[in-house]
Amino acid sequence: MRKALPVLVVLAAILGIWWLAVAPMNIRIALDGAERSGAAVVPEGARERQEVSVWALMARNPDLVPLSYAQERPRLPTPGQVATEFWDTTGAMALDGRAMSRRSLLFHAWITLQSTFWGFLLGTSLGIAGAIGIVYSRTLNLSLMPWAIISQTIPIVALAPMIIVLASQLGIEERGVPKAIISAYLCFFPVLVGMVSGLRSPAAAQLDLLRTYSATPSQGFWKLRLPASVPYLFASLKVGIAAALVGTIVGELPTGAIRGLGARILIGDQFGTPLAIWAALFMAAILAGVLVTFLDLAQRVTLRRMGLAEAAR
Amino acid sequence: MTGDMPTPAGSMGAPVIAAEGLNLTFQTADGPVHALSDVSLAIAGGEFVSFIGPSGCGKTTFLRCIAALEQPTGGTLSVNGMTPDAARRARAYGYVFQAAGLYPWRTIGRNVALPLEIMGFPKDEQDSRVARVLEMVELTGFEKKFPWQLSGGMQQRASIARALAFDADILLMDEPFGALDEIVRDRLNEELLSLWARTGKTVCFVTHSIPEAVYLSTKIVVMSPRPGRITDVIDSPLPKERPLDIRDTPEFLALAHRVREGLRAGHAYE
Ligand SMILES: Nc1ncnc2c1ncn2[C@@H]1O[C@H](COP(=O)(O)OP(=O)(O)OP(=O)(O)O)[C@@H](O)[C@H]1O
Ligand SMILES: [Mg+2]
Repeated sequence: MRKALPVLVVLAAILGIWWLAVAPMNIRIALDGAERSGAAVVPEGARERQEVSVWALMARNPDLVPLSYAQERPRLPTPGQVATEFWDTTGAMALDGRAMSRRSLLFHAWITLQSTFWGFLLGTSLGIAGAIGIVYSRTLNLSLMPWAIISQTIPIVALAPMIIVLASQLGIEERGVPKAIISAYLCFFPVLVGMVSGLRSPAAAQLDLLRTYSATPSQGFWKLRLPASVPYLFASLKVGIAAALVGTIVGELPTGAIRGLGARILIGDQFGTPLAIWAALFMAAILAGVLVTFLDLAQRVTLRRMGLAEAAR
Repeated sequence: MTGDMPTPAGSMGAPVIAAEGLNLTFQTADGPVHALSDVSLAIAGGEFVSFIGPSGCGKTTFLRCIAALEQPTGGTLSVNGMTPDAARRARAYGYVFQAAGLYPWRTIGRNVALPLEIMGFPKDEQDSRVARVLEMVELTGFEKKFPWQLSGGMQQRASIARALAFDADILLMDEPFGALDEIVRDRLNEELLSLWARTGKTVCFVTHSIPEAVYLSTKIVVMSPRPGRITDVIDSPLPKERPLDIRDTPEFLALAHRVREGLRAGHAYE
């Protein structure tokens, strides 16, 4: 409870600011609409109003300000509008037994989740394998690391369409493969960097100790380097899963895809349905939250069982 | 079962550790560092040898050479009549570092079992050995505890148990009690001495404390830095039985005085 309070306070502040911002954001389209339906607006004419600041418009049309909060296609929807849209496309549809219909956000979230999962799995495996290579091979340390860093300087939005085109050339565009690749591409780097630090974290004395036992390199890996890297692994997995989700959504944007949260955002943009975009954004945020929370839980359980939870505190 | 006592290799006669004109120069950015210069020393089986000297005189380096963690640049060094490398593979020694260096994710029992796992001891023998050495260092009942649940002194005892677990004849200890307070230290010194008397192991023990060196040792090696070298080797006339209050006897004080003089002479040399 004591932990929840600050979170709730911040949440309330955000909702408050959001709610207050709705009026200035929507006042122009609200006045345009009101004028069209015959209400008296000062000044008259959309063009004239362009010259006036939103604050002045609100001050001069106080009676019409509430209309900002009731727009069908608002610039900025109210928290309530988003919540309603969210409920209509998730819970309400699920109650109707249409949770997996094309119109349901749950369906799209499920699609995105699957690609995220495969991307995360692929990216994590590559990241861990790369880290082991870098830590154990001087050559890889010198050759792989710079490329890994360079790879992250290429903006993913530039790369995503290329990956999709190449994937369709290779005939593997089905089943979200390109999305998973993009997702893995974003995910592998934090895992790689975290695991390199983790595998290198044992102190010289700990490595010397193993040498006095004439331990083999593989014993050194399993008994020292790997367990020592576990706290680092979880820290980077949490970053990695969020990156994988972002990668998947970005991968869903340019495909002309019709499935997934990214597609939902794009379609909402094209058809001018901002509420759909906002609801999809919230779904993505919730998904990220759930995934990170799940990993956090796994981290706690693992570290406690390893006896590291209290030691790290 | 596992009651085989270690046979002190080369008991009487051939030394267990023999260094002849040992040199080790580190090449550093600031030029060469002569960590060991012309070090000659013979240690017989069952001896308790303390190395004492100011910081940087090469005590750790000498121990690391014996453990084949460092490669001398000149001279010869043999352990049990073998090269240090071969001796290591023959499990000739256990090394106790200044920091206990227990793995935090392993319980005390599993930490002590670490060398046994690596050396491929069968599981039931691992268990019996762990139980036996934990009893030696009076940690019975702490097998299931994690290192952070133990005091510093207990952790250091666990690390000694870990070095004892595979029954090496030689125990190399680098300031094992350096970070502990005086009272814990006294107690561990007493325990170490009785452990040494029971097992007949050869111990090489690095310390900064003159009373500790005099109390524990059959032989005290005084070293001095730049270049790291041996300035005096003192054979202790004290009896093997040593209650803590032996430290107030004239013999003890005379010996401590001689060590102190040796350390001072090393400094005056500069
Ligand atoms: N790996 C290394 N590279 C370069 N120089 C080193 C290395 N190890 C030790 N030295 C140097 O060798 C000298 C002897 O070091 P050593 O650690 O053996 O001293 P010591 O007697 O153990 O000192 P202390 O009492 O402080 O532990 C020092 O001058 C040290 O700086
Ligand atoms: Mg030292």
